[in-house]
Amino acid sequence: MDEGLKSELTKQGIYVVKLEQLYNWGRSNSVWPLGFGLACCAIEMIAASMARFDLSRFGAEVFRPSPRQADLMIVAGTVTKKMAPQVVRLYNQMPEPKYVIAMGACAISGGPFKQGYNVLKGIDRYIPVDVHIPGCPPRPEALIHAFMTLQRKIDAQKVFGPDRAHHFDADKPSEFPIPLYGEHDLVPAKNPNVWEPAVVVR
Amino acid sequence: MGAEKHPYLFLLVFFVMALGFAVGPLILAALWAKFVSPQKPGNVKNSTYECGLESKGDAWVAFKSEYYLYAILFLVFDVETIFLLPFAVAFTGLSVGAILAMLIFVLLLVEGLAWAWVKGVLTWK
Repeated sequence: MDEGLKSELTKQGIYVVKLEQLYNWGRSNSVWPLGFGLACCAIEMIAASMARFDLSRFGAEVFRPSPRQADLMIVAGTVTKKMAPQVVRLYNQMPEPKYVIAMGACAISGGPFKQGYNVLKGIDRYIPVDVHIPGCPPRPEALIHAFMTLQRKIDAQKVFGPDRAHHFDADKPSEFPIPLYGEHDLVPAKNPNVWEPAVVVR
Repeated sequence: MGAEKHPYLFLLVFFVMALGFAVGPLILAALWAKFVSPQKPGNVKNSTYECGLESKGDAWVAFKSEYYLYAILFLVFDVETIFLLPFAVAFTGLSVGAILAMLIFVLLLVEGLAWAWVKGVLTWK
């Protein structure tokens, strides 16, 4: 549709949208997160959902106790290697469409415990992460910003065509392999389909 | 207007509307799943939810329900109380048939009590 005509109609109070936009508008404003905290970032996540920061303004206050009912996993805190298989399993048990926000330095990279023997160096080694939030811990505003970023991402997702969102594509996987406890590390140490180590150019 | 409207026609209209509201979204969801958004079941997704841990053993185990004995005893005395008070109030004005029926009813309840007694429920261990 012509942008000028659309703008003219909007000024008259008539909104013209595609069905796709209406669909994305609806689901981006009713994302239900999984009630799932791993460490101190969870406190900030709880603060974000409470009255002062009020995540419910964005339709995301309905923290679900079961992955079957959740759309969004907020990985809030340090993912230890002991906990990583459970995180991946919970992600696998969520129905499509599902999104992941990795909250805080630990969840995105291991953070201050990166050199520790028992901490996973970022949950994006096993599951696809949509939004990364740096910070230790990130303030609730940062989580809200990440959430708005996710909303923009959902709003831009296509329903049809070759570049449609992955949950519309029957060939794209919905489950990701769950790592096992190995002798020294998780086996495998990463999912190469999801994450490859960054190439350092010196 | 032509034919006389049936006075209960609005009930039919309400029923059809209610059915439409209930079934319509389900049909839309099924069509959406069939043509646009494919279902992606999997072993992990379909497994029992156990807070992210793998569930051990079978959930379909025989469960010994002890509480039903207390439920039966409660029912015996509860029903007896409800029916015995009106029975006692109206006792002098009742016919022989009514009294016999009531006695049979009480006998049935007492059977439940006797059964529980024989089973040893009344003994505190």
